[in-house]
Amino acid sequence: MTKNKVRIQNAVTYGMVILFWVVIQVMDKTGHLSSLFKGLLVPLCMYAILAVSLNLTVGILGELSLGHAGFMCLGAFSGAFLTNCLETAVPSVGLRFFMALILGALVAGVFGLLIGIPVLRLKGDYLAIVTLAFGEIIKNLINVLYVGRDSNGFHFSMKDTTSLGMDKETGVVLIKGAQGITGTPRAATFTIGILLLLLTLFIVLNLIHSRTGRAIMSIRDNRIAAESIGINITKYKLMAFSISAALAGMAGVLYAHSLSTLKASSDNFGYNKSILILVFVVLGGLGNMRGSIIAAMLLTALPELLRGLNDYRMLIYAIVLIVMTIFNSSPKAIELRSVVMSKLRGGAKKEVA
Amino acid sequence: MAADSKSVKMADGAVKSGGSAGQAAKAGTVPTLEVKNLSISFGGLKAVDGFNVVIEKGQLYGLIGPNGAGKTTVFNLLTGVYKPDTGVILLDGKNITGRKTIEINQEGIARTFQNIRLFKELSVLDNVKVGLHNHHKYSTLEGILRLPSFYKVEKEMNERAMELLSVFDLDKECDYKASNLPYGKQRKLEIARALATDPKLLLLDEPAAGMNPNETAELMETIRFVREKFNMTILLIEHDMKLVAGICERLTVLNFGQVLTQGETSEVLNDRRVITAYLGE
Ligand SMILES: Nc1ncnc2c1ncn2[C@@H]1O[C@H](COP(=O)(O)OP(=O)(O)OP(=O)(O)O)[C@@H](O)[C@H]1O
Ligand SMILES: [Mg+2]
Repeated sequence: MTKNKVRIQNAVTYGMVILFWVVIQVMDKTGHLSSLFKGLLVPLCMYAILAVSLNLTVGILGELSLGHAGFMCLGAFSGAFLTNCLETAVPSVGLRFFMALILGALVAGVFGLLIGIPVLRLKGDYLAIVTLAFGEIIKNLINVLYVGRDSNGFHFSMKDTTSLGMDKETGVVLIKGAQGITGTPRAATFTIGILLLLLTLFIVLNLIHSRTGRAIMSIRDNRIAAESIGINITKYKLMAFSISAALAGMAGVLYAHSLSTLKASSDNFGYNKSILILVFVVLGGLGNMRGSIIAAMLLTALPELLRGLNDYRMLIYAIVLIVMTIFNSSPKAIELRSVVMSKLRGGAKKEVA
Repeated sequence: MAADSKSVKMADGAVKSGGSAGQAAKAGTVPTLEVKNLSISFGGLKAVDGFNVVIEKGQLYGLIGPNGAGKTTVFNLLTGVYKPDTGVILLDGKNITGRKTIEINQEGIARTFQNIRLFKELSVLDNVKVGLHNHHKYSTLEGILRLPSFYKVEKEMNERAMELLSVFDLDKECDYKASNLPYGKQRKLEIARALATDPKLLLLDEPAAGMNPNETAELMETIRFVREKFNMTILLIEHDMKLVAGICERLTVLNFGQVLTQGETSEVLNDRRVITAYLGE
């Protein structure tokens, strides 16, 4: 029955992530990992989380969002801010990182809700426009945001450090405009990244295969019919969108803790980043979480791994893009894939018998 | 399965006494649906103009009329898709005029659509389970954490959904993607999904459209069976006069948004005005 099929599919997805972790551990222990690749491991997890979470909005809810980097940015800054604030109060870096992850997810989730409430009530594709603007606004605001703390408490400014008007002796600048946040402990490890990816999968996959997930997908498939059988459209749209935003915020916190300096630059959090994540989702297949992970990891690692090939690098990248698109989106290829899969399954059954 | 085919036969016998339910109701109880002076215009066009109807509990009622007469618009008004310009809609005596679609469903009206609207990417089973959404509940968090309530309620939902699917002989196709069902079965699935919301009144918009005579005959049986098994009140729009004459007890004829005539099926179908409305002057 489908229920078992779903269970197997999910197990394969979790298994794939765990296997990837094991392989990397073995390669690391045996000294087969280049330092270049080691530096890539946390971003790989981060992009996989971002792609899976965006797929919840795009593939499962069926709404286009172009502001995923904005939610990631909010998470990154609120998380890094907390970690730095609590430096003396909470000495354990691990505990601070954990608290930062929760705060980052919460902040991004609340913003998702705030954007969703006016926009998701409208019929039509307004979400794409609004989220695109939101991402840019957040990035630009944080770029001119100065926050400091002294014995009197917190100080905010949109101008520069001096206008914070802090006490000379005790004043510490926490967020320094375009220079961002420096000195965040680099607590993010590959293992933590994989754990967060597994958590994301757990939340998203269990959500999809539950009463709530069915309601969300019914809205995607036919809004009018969903309404006619009593599904609260706004509620479920908001729920999917803010969970998606919260997970992006969590990925942002992971990112912030893998850098010594966090800047709200266009490279880090611009709309290009949002579109890159969307590319992962589309290439991996709408609603296909495993595909999102594979696409995100492959396309993040590929340009780096192919660096030695110089001239052919972008060519190979382009070919991989095209092949993945065909593999995941062309009806013929999907048909072929299901035939192959059922053959394999049939073969497996015979073996058992 | 065996139990099911038995109950179908029992239901068949019961159909003949079904008409009496309507008569008993007339003796003073509140009708399931009462609509007074319902109107809406689109621009200058009066799509529905002073529509009235009274449907007693357990009745199988037909709404007929030429293309563009305003039949589907009446359904859209009853289910809150459009807000009426004038008029009152009473469901079991309760005023539901101007309420939202989801509230009206929760009050007890469910419908199917003239142009089929299934959840195409979901399985046949899941289509029905979405219909059960408001009757079998657990929270989102319970679902994500897979708490015992999740397994318990999902099991109930599966059983109930399979029960409904077997009424429509769709139980074997429960794992199919809804869009992979043949056309006739898609129409049946829409009815099953509507019934899953446990309505007081079921609205069917051209349930036999696109079906061949065999499928239509089978559908007639199914509609009768649904009325008996679920003690359902049904209002249906249909162009197939054989179906209408075969199962509807009373009819209302719409023409250019207005009620042309209403009454017992046989009288209405022999009315000269109805014949000219259909054939044109
Ligand atoms: N949303 C709308 N905006 C403008 N005009 C509409 C709208 N909905 C319906 N109409 C018009 O109202 C009239 C009645 O349409 P309706 O769909 O109710 O007819 P119908 O009786 O169901 O016809 P059919 O048998 O072809 O399904 C038509 O002239 C139609 O064009
Ligand atoms: Mg119609």
